[in-house]
Amino acid sequence: MLKRICVTLCQAAVATGMMAGLAAADDSFIIVQSTTSTQNSGLLDAILPQFQDKTGIEVRVVAVGTGQAIRNAQNGDGDVLLVHSKPSEEQFVANGWGVQRFDVMYNDFVIVGPASDPAGVAGSEDVVDALTRIAQAGAVFASRGDDSGTHKAEIRLWAATGIDVAAQSGTWYRETGSGMGATLNTGTGMGAYIMTDRATWISFGNKGDHQVLVQGDPRMFNQYGVILVNPEKHDNIKADAGQAFIDWLTGAEGQAAIAAYQIDGQQLFFPNATR
Amino acid sequence: MQNFASIFSNAIGLIWSGDPALWAIILLSLQVSIAAVLIAAVIGLPLGAALAVSRFPGRQVVIVLVNALMGLPPVVVGLMVYLMLSNAGPLGVLQLLYTPTAMIIAQVVLVTPIVTALTRQVIETLDAEYHEHLRSIGLSRLATVPVLLWDGRFALMTAVLAGFGRAIAEVGAVIIVGGNINHVTRVMTTTIALETSKGNLSLAMALGTVLLIMAVAVNAVVGLLGLRARQVAYA
Repeated sequence: MLKRICVTLCQAAVATGMMAGLAAADDSFIIVQSTTSTQNSGLLDAILPQFQDKTGIEVRVVAVGTGQAIRNAQNGDGDVLLVHSKPSEEQFVANGWGVQRFDVMYNDFVIVGPASDPAGVAGSEDVVDALTRIAQAGAVFASRGDDSGTHKAEIRLWAATGIDVAAQSGTWYRETGSGMGATLNTGTGMGAYIMTDRATWISFGNKGDHQVLVQGDPRMFNQYGVILVNPEKHDNIKADAGQAFIDWLTGAEGQAAIAAYQIDGQQLFFPNATR
Repeated sequence: MQNFASIFSNAIGLIWSGDPALWAIILLSLQVSIAAVLIAAVIGLPLGAALAVSRFPGRQVVIVLVNALMGLPPVVVGLMVYLMLSNAGPLGVLQLLYTPTAMIIAQVVLVTPIVTALTRQVIETLDAEYHEHLRSIGLSRLATVPVLLWDGRFALMTAVLAGFGRAIAEVGAVIIVGGNINHVTRVMTTTIALETSKGNLSLAMALGTVLLIMAVAVNAVVGLLGLRARQVAYA
């Protein structure tokens, strides 16, 4: 009896392995290395089926921070890179890892904080001034601390204040070293100020009494770009299918799909491809 | 935040709803972890038993090592397997990264030391008991392995279930080598991590309860089969 069950289960195990092997060999899908904000906000789940219906190409999304997405792409573990840190993206292309960078869409960063607002920044449209006041008040600020696009943008803004936050790490400046969602969960739990992209914040389900306090500064503009990973660097890159996705995303249909995506009546991303 | 009673009823509701997306995730979780545990058992049971009955210099060191490997951090195993399977890694040509097979490999690495170490413990106890008898009928040390494994089969089920518990519950390794890709490599634990990061804490908790119910179901099935086999064996 037991033996028979073992034999059946072993056969199932082997069949599973073979099925997975076959799936890996087929060329009808591409892997997109992207960021948590595009996935957590539900945008990709909403628009990717339209691309698949049209072309028959399945898009498999690995959502990690921008830093990790770029490193994975350098290893050849993705065909397309869709992230939001323009300096890093341009570096990626300049170093020969990517073919060409295209603008896709933008949204903006906001600073959320507790309703009590201990640093008194509510309503501010000057992000550098607001960050300076948070630092002066010694109010808790939760940073991603994970080399993501949002983290890089936050570091650029702190640099503009002239405050050395690295020296404050562990006091009022707290680096969670995790994704946007995990940092929001932690930050709302400890009543911290947090810089987040607006899309993730709108779709986030555990806001507590936190609200958007600082917004509207042009320096909080958040541009997303898309890049085909250079097929000359790795043999396995599916250049044709990857380029088809980029063409769709930056073309009329993809741009319309991005603009149509809303949560609670709010548009999360604004298409701005230039071709 | 909802209370635990409503989370539990949400979990039951999720199962009863028969949502095909959720069931696909549950089935993939079971498929990956059961395959990993079976492979780990095929390696770990004979290895653990051989370690229990054999005598060689450095045996104690090997035992300490195997025991220590039970505490392998999943995220480290995930990284290790990622570096092997990445297109920039030595096994990149196999194109296994971000597939269920990659997840099975990572879980095999995690589970094999657990099955090996617990088997070694069980068989060593049995060996102490039956050693004289087995030697007297002319079996060499290694030839006693199948006999002892068969004799210890009910106790060894716990070793295999301990391995299954580890596999079905871990998230650190499968999220790195699987990538948590929707409809492809998304399993229960990575779904829970994703919903937590979206701030959907009560949905995440309900999914956690579903995972717990699955684990209970698997253990119950194995337990019942064991009970039945034991009745047959000792009838």
